[in-house]
Amino acid sequence: MAVLLIAEHNNKELRPFTLNAATAASQIDSDLHAVIIGQNSADAAKQLSELPVIKKVLSVEGGHYENFTAENFAPVIVKLAENYSHIVCSANTFGKNLMPRIAAHLDTSQVSDIIKVISPDTFLRPIYAGNAFATIKSNDAKKCVTIRPTSFDPCESTGGSAPIEKVDPSEEFSNTKFIKREEIKSDRPELGTARIVVSGGRGMQSGDNFKLITEIADKLGAAIGASRAAVDAGYISNDHQVGQTGKVVVPDLYIAIGISGAIQHLAGMKESKVIVAINKDGEAPIFSVADYGLEADLFEAIPQFMEELNKLNTIQK
Amino acid sequence: MKILVAVKRVIDYNVQIRVKEDGTGVVTDNVKMSTNPPDDNAIEEAVKIKEAGKATEVVAVTVGEEKAQETVRKALAVGADRGIHVKVDGILEPLAVSKILQKIVDKEKPDLVFMGKQAIDDDCNQTGQMLSALLNWPQATFASKIDVKDNKLEVTREIDEGLETIEINVPAIVTCDLRLNEPRYASLPNIMKAKKKPIEEIAATDLGVDVSPRLEQIKVEEPPKRKAGIKVANVAELVQKLKNEAKVI
Repeated sequence: MAVLLIAEHNNKELRPFTLNAATAASQIDSDLHAVIIGQNSADAAKQLSELPVIKKVLSVEGGHYENFTAENFAPVIVKLAENYSHIVCSANTFGKNLMPRIAAHLDTSQVSDIIKVISPDTFLRPIYAGNAFATIKSNDAKKCVTIRPTSFDPCESTGGSAPIEKVDPSEEFSNTKFIKREEIKSDRPELGTARIVVSGGRGMQSGDNFKLITEIADKLGAAIGASRAAVDAGYISNDHQVGQTGKVVVPDLYIAIGISGAIQHLAGMKESKVIVAINKDGEAPIFSVADYGLEADLFEAIPQFMEELNKLNTIQK
Repeated sequence: MKILVAVKRVIDYNVQIRVKEDGTGVVTDNVKMSTNPPDDNAIEEAVKIKEAGKATEVVAVTVGEEKAQETVRKALAVGADRGIHVKVDGILEPLAVSKILQKIVDKEKPDLVFMGKQAIDDDCNQTGQMLSALLNWPQATFASKIDVKDNKLEVTREIDEGLETIEINVPAIVTCDLRLNEPRYASLPNIMKAKKKPIEEIAATDLGVDVSPRLEQIKVEEPPKRKAGIKVANVAELVQKLKNEAKVI
């Protein structure tokens, strides 16, 4: 039986992590189909059909799918699941909200947030905020798996031409009503996919001082991150939070400024390729994961950092 | 309105966990245990709703071994009215826990079930969603704000793109984010009073739920260690290293 990937999208286009989830799903079995559920989502469905790893696209349309409510999505996927061995989705808030609802209906024990496909029934996943890795084998007939998108490369996005098949919508779940979504718009790269992330912690001391972080991020074409302490102190909004309860990021370069490095924060960034820590406390745990540590007062170091960056002829973007 | 709150006993969040040498799990003997942090937020919110006169009773429930009862006792000390301890030994998967909770919901008939959005031991993030599927109730996951209206809740959810607000009809499940509130500490008099509050003990085997695991934990290992880095003397050296050695800028 084939594998079914649940596409994440915004009705207009695919969300980037759908490509990472497609890579993981295709490692389970190359016979990969994808389902896209939405309202007026034909463009996103076409985009999905162009991913070369996908052999067939199932498209479900309905007004009650416009806002991706799990209570509406689950029944249609449960019905489709008859024909599939695995149901796969990204382990971001969309997939975390949706997949267990599907798994419970299928009487399947879900495997959450995998970072590696070892075989079609065995997966590697982090536990205890990434402080241990567990190898898990599923003995359920149908497997529900969510994947950590940053642990898989995105698949090719063009060249495929999978057929798109329409599927009838299921009934509306009337006890849940969508009211609004407040998305924080930004011209910067998205935190989850940026090549460089510059993050500030409680050491920034105020929301105003985060301007210093913004300047460096602008110069480097980087996304802005923050520790939970900085978010809780109100210096910056929660969508910037990196860590166990925020986003997990794996950029080429992660610059942690004024961040002590609590376990919860390290869980969200320690897989980054190169880590820089700037902190005046030489004993801060962040230095234990940093490739380059600078023990300095950040209010002196950041302006100097800008100066040095300005001296460079070119900066990779 | 009656609120059932599910709590789990986990290794305390301040403990640096150690993987067992034989690869069968992590060391839990002689390790400090406490209530799963977002479950504390779930209890706090339920108690606040009761204090605001919008709920009549808060019942705390846990599923687990003998000592799991400590988490219920703690919930009673911060304002829950009574407790339920479903006794079962061994590792339980979220699917099994949600089936047990479904039986408790059938028995207690709460209007709302609250719990943390995720347990910090297995990091599964499943039980609330699974319970709402089994009950066919609405689910408000990752809640950072809850407004109780007549037979409805307006809930703000923390999502990757920012915030989402939904309205759900009661009965419903809410899974709580750490940002929902600031859990209170139990005062000594309240800890003493909590000792007199009733905790009903139920054997999981009496509920007729199959809790046998579906997943095999083949091994647990330490994550690969990062190799130790270096300290640079100044900003100029840092930028030079990033440019010429790491080649990332």
